[in-house]
Amino acid sequence: MTEASRILLIEDEAPIRRFLKIALGAGGFEAIEAERGRIGIEMAATRVPDAILLDLGLPDMDGKAVIAAIREWSQAPIIVLSVRDGEAEKVAALDAGADDYVTKPFATGELLARLRAALRKRPAGAQDRPEITIGGLTLDLAARTCTLDGREVV
Amino acid sequence: MVHADVSRAAPESFLDAARAEGSGRGGRGRLKIFLGASPGVGKTYAMLEEARLRRRAGVDVVAGLVETHGRAETAALLDGLELLPLKPVEYRGQNLGELDVDALIARRPQLALIDEFAHTNAPGSRHPKRWQDVMEVLGAGIDVVTTLNIQHVESLNDAVAQITGVRVQETVPDSLLQQADQVELIDLPPEELIARLKGGKIYQAHQAGQALENFFTRGKLTALREMALRAAAGRVDADMLAYKQANAVGAVWPTEERLLVCVNEAPAAKSLVRAGKRMAERARIPWIVATVLTPRHEAMAPEERAATTDALRLAETLGAETATLRTESDAAGELLRYARQRNVTRLVIGRARWRGALLQRFMALWREPVSEKILDGATDFEITVVTPLAKVERRKATKPVARPSWTVAGLALAESAAGVTAATLLAWPFWPWLPVASIAVVYLVAVLVVAFRHGVLGAVCGSALGFLFYNFFFTTPYYSFAVEQYEAVVGLLVFVVSSLVTGTLASRLKAQVEAMRATQARTETLYEFARKIAATTKADDVLWAAVAHIAKALHCHAIILTPDAAGALQQVQGHPAIEEELDMRAEGAARWAFDKGEPAGAGTGTLPNSDWLFVPLATAGKPFGVVGVRFADRGMASDPETRRLLLAVEDQVAVAIERNRLAADLAEASVAAESDKLRAALLNSVSHDLRTPLVSVIGATSSLAENADRLSPTDRTDLAVMALEEARRLDRYVQNLLDMTRIGHGALKPKRSPVDLREIVGRVRADLARLLEGREFIVAVPPDMPLLDVDPVLIGQAFANVIENAVKYSPPGSPITLQGAAAEGSAEIRIMDEGPGIAEADRAKVFDLFDRASMGDSPSQGAGMGLAIVKGFVEAHGGDVRVDAGANGRGAAFVIRLPLADRAQEGGSA
Repeated sequence: MTEASRILLIEDEAPIRRFLKIALGAGGFEAIEAERGRIGIEMAATRVPDAILLDLGLPDMDGKAVIAAIREWSQAPIIVLSVRDGEAEKVAALDAGADDYVTKPFATGELLARLRAALRKRPAGAQDRPEITIGGLTLDLAARTCTLDGREVV
Repeated sequence: MVHADVSRAAPESFLDAARAEGSGRGGRGRLKIFLGASPGVGKTYAMLEEARLRRRAGVDVVAGLVETHGRAETAALLDGLELLPLKPVEYRGQNLGELDVDALIARRPQLALIDEFAHTNAPGSRHPKRWQDVMEVLGAGIDVVTTLNIQHVESLNDAVAQITGVRVQETVPDSLLQQADQVELIDLPPEELIARLKGGKIYQAHQAGQALENFFTRGKLTALREMALRAAAGRVDADMLAYKQANAVGAVWPTEERLLVCVNEAPAAKSLVRAGKRMAERARIPWIVATVLTPRHEAMAPEERAATTDALRLAETLGAETATLRTESDAAGELLRYARQRNVTRLVIGRARWRGALLQRFMALWREPVSEKILDGATDFEITVVTPLAKVERRKATKPVARPSWTVAGLALAESAAGVTAATLLAWPFWPWLPVASIAVVYLVAVLVVAFRHGVLGAVCGSALGFLFYNFFFTTPYYSFAVEQYEAVVGLLVFVVSSLVTGTLASRLKAQVEAMRATQARTETLYEFARKIAATTKADDVLWAAVAHIAKALHCHAIILTPDAAGALQQVQGHPAIEEELDMRAEGAARWAFDKGEPAGAGTGTLPNSDWLFVPLATAGKPFGVVGVRFADRGMASDPETRRLLLAVEDQVAVAIERNRLAADLAEASVAAESDKLRAALLNSVSHDLRTPLVSVIGATSSLAENADRLSPTDRTDLAVMALEEARRLDRYVQNLLDMTRIGHGALKPKRSPVDLREIVGRVRADLARLLEGREFIVAVPPDMPLLDVDPVLIGQAFANVIENAVKYSPPGSPITLQGAAAEGSAEIRIMDEGPGIAEADRAKVFDLFDRASMGDSPSQGAGMGLAIVKGFVEAHGGDVRVDAGANGRGAAFVIRLPLADRAQEGGSA
């Protein structure tokens, strides 16, 4: 990994974002932050992160809904961070499309190791684009727009 | 007679046969009866011989009760048999020994000897009859051998009474003879029997002579022997028939024939039932006993109505199906309709016997007896008309037929006299100008009025007096009872007849009106009761309504018993007395009714000497309690009207209880679900709020530990400070949790002292300095603000929680304002923010513990405890807290009211 992998951090608790950002930086990752689910989905589309760390307990929407929304077009690894440690919660999150599940509290060493493992499974260069192109028709799933030969279709 | 190829056995006959073959009929013991024609033929002897034989074969035999009648030979056979001690029963100072059913069942032998199947138990025993004891023993899975004389068989009761001139009161239902697995006839020629009697082998010498004269005559014994032989032969026939059925040898009855016995309130009804039983048995067809209730029946005396019920009950014990039909007027038509519907081929009816009175015979002229109507209408039936045995029936009529008492008769006579006198006075001034016939009409009116008020008696008195007055005053020669003109005689006769007819009609009309009114009243009270319990939501209310209704409707004492946790029956409701004194018998009857699901006590076959009648209350088969009623007049307990009402109430109560139980289950389920939800929310909230700071502490410190060399000095400091801050936050939550438990346990005792509001606020501001960074915290307290009478630590914590909450829910940088004011003797502190505010509907809820948790996962920092703690602390000071809209309609305003120090000093502690 010559270029630092970009990690999207979707987490509403400021202190957690702060220490994770420092820890990720120390681990050689570039961290970008979102404190709400909606913003997180947008950033996943616009900033195209290599992996996503997602808190399940978000104020604006349920974490599983965030996973489902991102999984509509992205295969980027999603690691769930949650205080909920019930089996049912884990199953639901993994079934919704998450790749891993880390129960809070956790030591940063373990989290970084899991992050590296998730990134290794991804073939390099398999960049997800939130777009479907059929001939001249392009559907931008993240922006929810549809263009034909570069012009927006209503 | 048997046509092997004509028909097959019905499927159920296979089942019956299979059941009979199976050991002990599914856990029931087997019954063997030694049947004899008369006492002294050697039944007990035979029974004991059999017992010895069986014992030698290794069977566990116990003699439950054997009556040797002082016969030495018999007593000798008892030697070596285990004898069960008798249960002492005291009755009128005499010590009577009865079969100890409970001890026998507890002993559990394979075979029990119980002598004298038809014996009547001493009053106060559990069952009135020994055969009922035997049934209970059989039910416990113990085989029983017993003895029976032919004269005690119910359906032969009339016939035996005719032969011997003695009516035996101790009878057993015929069905028992059929149910018995084995019946063995002990036969002894009459000559031998008489010889044995004379030899003192049956009775002791002093009794023998008497017995010889009254009972043991050759003719009587021969007739009884014939009967016993015939009954035994009938059993053989029945066994053979059952075998043929089981083996599909031939048709038993070619078509489904039925016999219908029609009974009414006439005393002969029971004889009719017995006759029907014999006919049905001989023809081997099923039989039904039916009665028709008309409005006329409603107006009858209870004794008369009871006669019908008794007949139906007898029919049931003899194995008949019973039916009660209802119609407005045409009893005969209803019976025939029912007969055709049920495929009845034979009818048994009684001939109406007017009880001698000329008047009754006269009435029969226009009230045709039902039997006559049936004879007219039933052209497609084989009809048997039975003439009751008047002599025997009359002797056994224990209940006197209702007769009008002298006072009632006197009153009717007096009113008749008054009415007729009034008619005379009314007619007197006009008679010279009026035709004599018109004067008769005036008398007729008087008779009608009296008849309507006093029934047939009034009609008869009125007619008689009217006739005399009319004759005396208005026919020539006047003022004399003599009649000289031929026309006047005719006129008088016409008057008597027409007044009798109209009078009787009027009385019948009145009876019908009364009957209808009674029915209507009953329906109405039942309807009212149904409506009352439909509105109840608690089982207790239903039971209370039930006892109140029963007590009022039947004019009795009513109670309801239900089992407690240990299974003992306890009185839960009562009317008019809440609690009644129950003696041993009543308690036994209640227990029985509850355990067996059958009525017990007064008026029933179980513990009839109890003052109370108990009826089980059951839903879906299992009784949940019993209703007990006690009448001033015990006869009421067996009145069919009582039973009908109890049954109706029981149904209604059962339905209502079931409904309430379902509703309660539902409520319980939803409470359970609700508390589950709350528990989950609490766990969720606590785990979230305790873990969130921990996540940061562990995350930050683990980063420091693992990557210390790769972190810049700034990052290291940043992580360390953050770990410290989050640890403090955690501490605050733990403090909150502790506070909450203190509030929850009521252990919170504020340490009050007069304190300045500004001082508390100043301390809070210092504590929250970091939280309030970058915000304006405006404190507006007037200089003359009185001192508060509060615990500064607790109230400081409360303010801090409200301010923390305001910081959490308002945009960063927006101001937070605290205002203080004294109003109406207390301090009012408003803490306002400029956040989104709280919807009016949610304002009361924000102070609930973990309210936030119920809205999903936490939107921001902090457990849903802060505001609940505020409320707890403020209320511990006798203050209160609420949320209003903020100033200018923006944000939220928390308003806390607290006591003032000087007010507390003036008026004592607040």
